[in-house]
Amino acid sequence: MTNQYGQLCWAMLKTGIIGFGGGPSVIPLIRHEAVQQYHWLSDEEFGEIFVLANTLPGPIATKMAGYLGYQLKGTLGAIVAVVAHILPSSIAMVLLMSMVSLFSNSPIVQGMISAVVPVVAVMLGMMAYEFAQKAFKGLGIVVGIASFAIALSLLTWLDLHPAIVIVLFMLYGSFHYAFQARFQARRNRQGQGGQ
Amino acid sequence: MDWIELLRLFLAFLVSNILGYGGGPASIPLIYEEVVEHYNIVSQAEFSNIIALGNALPGPIATKIAAYVGYSGGGLLGSLIALIATIVPSILALIVMLKALRKYRDSKAVKGIGLFVQPVIAVLMIVLTWEMVDDSVIDIGWIQTVLLALVAWWAMAIKKIHPAIVVVAAFAYGAIVIPLVG
Repeated sequence: MTNQYGQLCWAMLKTGIIGFGGGPSVIPLIRHEAVQQYHWLSDEEFGEIFVLANTLPGPIATKMAGYLGYQLKGTLGAIVAVVAHILPSSIAMVLLMSMVSLFSNSPIVQGMISAVVPVVAVMLGMMAYEFAQKAFKGLGIVVGIASFAIALSLLTWLDLHPAIVIVLFMLYGSFHYAFQARFQARRNRQGQGGQ
Repeated sequence: MDWIELLRLFLAFLVSNILGYGGGPASIPLIYEEVVEHYNIVSQAEFSNIIALGNALPGPIATKIAAYVGYSGGGLLGSLIALIATIVPSILALIVMLKALRKYRDSKAVKGIGLFVQPVIAVLMIVLTWEMVDDSVIDIGWIQTVLLALVAWWAMAIKKIHPAIVVVAAFAYGAIVIPLVG
């Protein structure tokens, strides 16, 4: 089955070139190739791997590409899949940005660079909204607002490094449900005591 | 190429990607903190261009940022090192820890970790958004900033026009109008 390398390469190249909007939006395209087109694994298996991959940090599309490549052809398969997925966009990015930097002294290019900043602000603002939505959906209004306020004060007033704030939140997060359960149990006990 | 620079690239992309929960976009404010604020590998203006072009091109966003910032800081070798730091740890973790992940998937602790990172990422994104706005107001004034932002928001959020088209339109505006006005 030497042509599995070819399939892997072609599928990952295609999904790396036609998928816009970053890794998360490319997942349905990768699912289509892996499940419907080439039958490397079942839809359920793909869904399960995706859920597991999401419990880990880091870019998601490359995690899926690496895993699929590894499943099919071992380490070499993983490398082929990931390289095919990221190489075209990486090269395009370096070429385009180098061109922008090369002409960055011209007033026209400077105007272009300036005009794109508000657009980037909107893009980041839209992403911020999506992450905030996810946070509130998972945490509820009260815990959500409290976490936002704490994160904001740690990051801006105390000026802590983002990595430290994230690690602190991860630490608390790993105990949150245990705290909640204990709190709930105590409340129930008090409720029974009052009766 | 000196080793310190390559080590910086490696550390910057390693830290920002092992802490970004929620795919590549979650790592953007963390990468900004490392490569603009901390190590000064690229300027803020360059970073905003990277995000604009990165969103206009297809493919994963974290690897596009790593490819260019790495190239800018250390040539082709820098690019390779930034890319490896971005993707290899998470792929290795997925492959090696698959069994353990299966076992602990429904664990409340794992769920809590993933969930409580989200508000921090959102706040970092908001702060970065604000810095971009601030930067733009200093550069082209608040009238043009608000106008461009409103049109961009209307096009992308309401009209669902492709980000690539919006970026190209902004470039066109910047090439023609801003040199005349400023």
